Amino acid sequence: MKFKKTLLASMIGTAITAATLSPAAMAETTLRMAYDADPVSMDIHEQLSGGILQLSHMSFDPLVRWTKDFEFEPRLATEWEQVDDTTMRMTVRDGVTFHSGNPFTAEDVVWTVERLKRSPDFKAIFEPVDSVTAVDEHTVEFHTNEPFPLLLNLATYIFPMDSQFYSGETEDGDAKDEIVKNGNSFASTHISGTGPYVVTDRQQGVRVNFERFDDYWDSESPGNVDNIVLTPISENATRIAALLSGDVDFIAPVPPNDLDRVRNDDGVELVTMSGTRIILFHMDQERVDAFKDERVRQAFVYAINQEGIADRLMKGFATPAAQASPAGYVGHLPELEPRYDLEKAKQLMEEAGYADGFEISMMAPNNRYVNDAKIAQAVAAMLAKINVTVDLKTLPKAQYWGEFDDRSADMMMIGWHSDTEDSANFHEYLSACPDAATGAGQYNAGNYCNPELDALVTQANLEIDLAKRAEMLQQVEQALYDEAAYIPLHWQDLAWASAANFDIEPVLNVMNFPYLGDLVITPDDQ
Amino acid sequence: MIAFLIKRLFHALLVMFVISLIAFAIQDNLGDPVQQLVGQSVPESERDALRDELGLNDPFITQYLRFAGNALHFDFGYSYVFNQPTTEVILRHLPATLELVAATTVLIILLSVPIGVYSAIKPRAWLSRFFMGVSIIGISIPVFLTAIVLIQLFAIGVSWTPFPTDTGWGQWLNDLVSTNGGMPAYGRGDPVHVLGTWYTNFASIKGLSYLILPAVSLASIMLPLFIRLIRAEMLEVLQSDYIKFARAKGLSPQRIYFLHALKNTMLPVITVGGVQIGTLVAYTILTETVFQWPGVGLMFLNAIERSDIPLIVTYLVIVGLIFTITNTLVDLIYGLVNPTVKLTGKPA
Repeated sequence: MKFKKTLLASMIGTAITAATLSPAAMAETTLRMAYDADPVSMDIHEQLSGGILQLSHMSFDPLVRWTKDFEFEPRLATEWEQVDDTTMRMTVRDGVTFHSGNPFTAEDVVWTVERLKRSPDFKAIFEPVDSVTAVDEHTVEFHTNEPFPLLLNLATYIFPMDSQFYSGETEDGDAKDEIVKNGNSFASTHISGTGPYVVTDRQQGVRVNFERFDDYWDSESPGNVDNIVLTPISENATRIAALLSGDVDFIAPVPPNDLDRVRNDDGVELVTMSGTRIILFHMDQERVDAFKDERVRQAFVYAINQEGIADRLMKGFATPAAQASPAGYVGHLPELEPRYDLEKAKQLMEEAGYADGFEISMMAPNNRYVNDAKIAQAVAAMLAKINVTVDLKTLPKAQYWGEFDDRSADMMMIGWHSDTEDSANFHEYLSACPDAATGAGQYNAGNYCNPELDALVTQANLEIDLAKRAEMLQQVEQALYDEAAYIPLHWQDLAWASAANFDIEPVLNVMNFPYLGDLVITPDDQ
Repeated sequence: MIAFLIKRLFHALLVMFVISLIAFAIQDNLGDPVQQLVGQSVPESERDALRDELGLNDPFITQYLRFAGNALHFDFGYSYVFNQPTTEVILRHLPATLELVAATTVLIILLSVPIGVYSAIKPRAWLSRFFMGVSIIGISIPVFLTAIVLIQLFAIGVSWTPFPTDTGWGQWLNDLVSTNGGMPAYGRGDPVHVLGTWYTNFASIKGLSYLILPAVSLASIMLPLFIRLIRAEMLEVLQSDYIKFARAKGLSPQRIYFLHALKNTMLPVITVGGVQIGTLVAYTILTETVFQWPGVGLMFLNAIERSDIPLIVTYLVIVGLIFTITNTLVDLIYGLVNPTVKLTGKPA
């Protein structure tokens, strides 16, 4: 009976809208968007990358998602509660259906987490989760091995998949749920989630077509875009041209060199924000003995003018950094400022006995981060002022990471974004004592090692009291700053641009996954 | 004839073999494909497992023999990025490139022959000098610059106001030097399905509009070359005895220029043309990248960026095949145009 009422109400509603709105407004709305790449697969567990996560937010819904100021917003999970130190109970939303028509239940969450624990890209992140059980149709319990404070951070990665749809075998006898990196799996070409958009057509490398899901559960979402066409345009100049000529409505990223051009154009809107990806240089202590001396490392930090790089080289498109954690992260310490002071740097070099400097090698990618090669050149030039001669080599990203893994130079550049949006992640990958067996310090190309900090981070990761935990991580950040473990440069800004009739600002966030389900288009301009 | 074709078939196989060997030998310098397949935080142990699964840890010879063995069955492996057989991926992207090359070839033929002939007949006319001047500029501007300028002028539009806007004539002149834009800036829109993997842009005006800017950019490379080649050949032919005789005989100039002279002019043009079509395929990489034209050129560049080695190797082998085929066709056509040329190399 209740169903009938809603049906009647919606029919009347439709009739009224149809009667009052002009025919133009009734026409289907389409968002044509151009990114630098399209998702490599439709299997959202195949690769942990920006493109895949964007697809996840369009065709699936996470249990919870980040708001603009790093709060958790309930999506498919409506409530959560820490039952004891190692158990969290979540209530999942009622009345949600998948694109296939199957109903969404707690079993789908269990199935999805189990699949995540099998995915090569996600299993490390989901390591702390021991098991997930469905208590009843709409309640799940997460059991962790040890107290685990980041479960909600992980829940932003849990996009429940349609377990019925992905179960069974294909005609060829392959399991439908298998995760294949190189080959054709069922999940890489078939998709069924709960999200606002259904994939209707996909030509890899050419375009993906989406259509608004008729039975989308979130009836309160203001989103009114009926169709989305996603085109990859890898060439920066072409992406800008396509927006300015009106061929597409929404582009990301906007290359920094074209920001003014976009800003000055009346027909388009530009949105930028400070990002969370830290760009930094390691100083390899295994390769260069001088780097074992804290004073030398500090001298290097003092010699580099982060603000100059951000202002002039990046044209303001970066936030100068003196630590890894950006503002908003628990470990962030607002009082840590870049400490450019050339005199101090020279003095420190003299104290350490290197007044005449020495020679080092440096490597950086040339097509991975914004202005990466130019930044490396600037840093090399700044180091020359403390008599350090730099032999710089820049490489395309395809070749760079192999060199990085081999630690082929004394100073190497890396950009890092914390997958968990948490401060501990920076230390675990960038500055923890390298250990091949546990994978700790996997990207610590400085071979910096302070076991006390490692212990502190391990302890913080068991601390359920978030205030206490934040304090510990801030301690770590302070110590890394004092000991000059590496040279932080800046957090790269993010930029998007759209045609003026699309209101993109409310759906954007620093995670760089626009919540397109909530995107509003002003119908008059269509 | 048959013997010639069989010989060419062996040539093709040899070319493909050598190319595949070279492509395979340099693959270590193309970067680590595993890096592109996994997220940044994936541990080394997982990477090694994947590397093993892909057979990347085997010695070079083992890897090459495995590739060559499969290639004999027309199995060139799976693309790492597309998760599909590389031949399928290339077959899907090929029609877009072929259409672009076809449109460019038509443009080149339609423009270069009349312009070349005209500037040979009237070498001193100001129009001839103008064409020669423009062709020098055309040949010296890199194709990506031409492409970006074309996009700015005809897709985005430029409004210049060097003349006073408050007068009628000033407004008119301003409009004359400004452009409206409106041409598609990228891609090929919604091409119409023909058969198999072939979608065409030739079916509608709208489809053709997507082709114009890329085809003009691509033609800007080859057009000056052909104009100059045709002009030079024509000038030479016009000096030869049989033309003088034809003139003395009182044949109409049209008949002399376009029947007798042009025929002999076209011989070297065909040879050069055949080789240049191969080069054209190479230039599509640049044009397709700027216009985001979804053909094999763009696909190849993306494959390099992502270290998709199987796709790179297959592309190179297929391009080698295309070169051999076009050269064979050129030789055949040459025989038809000039009966004194015998393919088998024996005197007539």
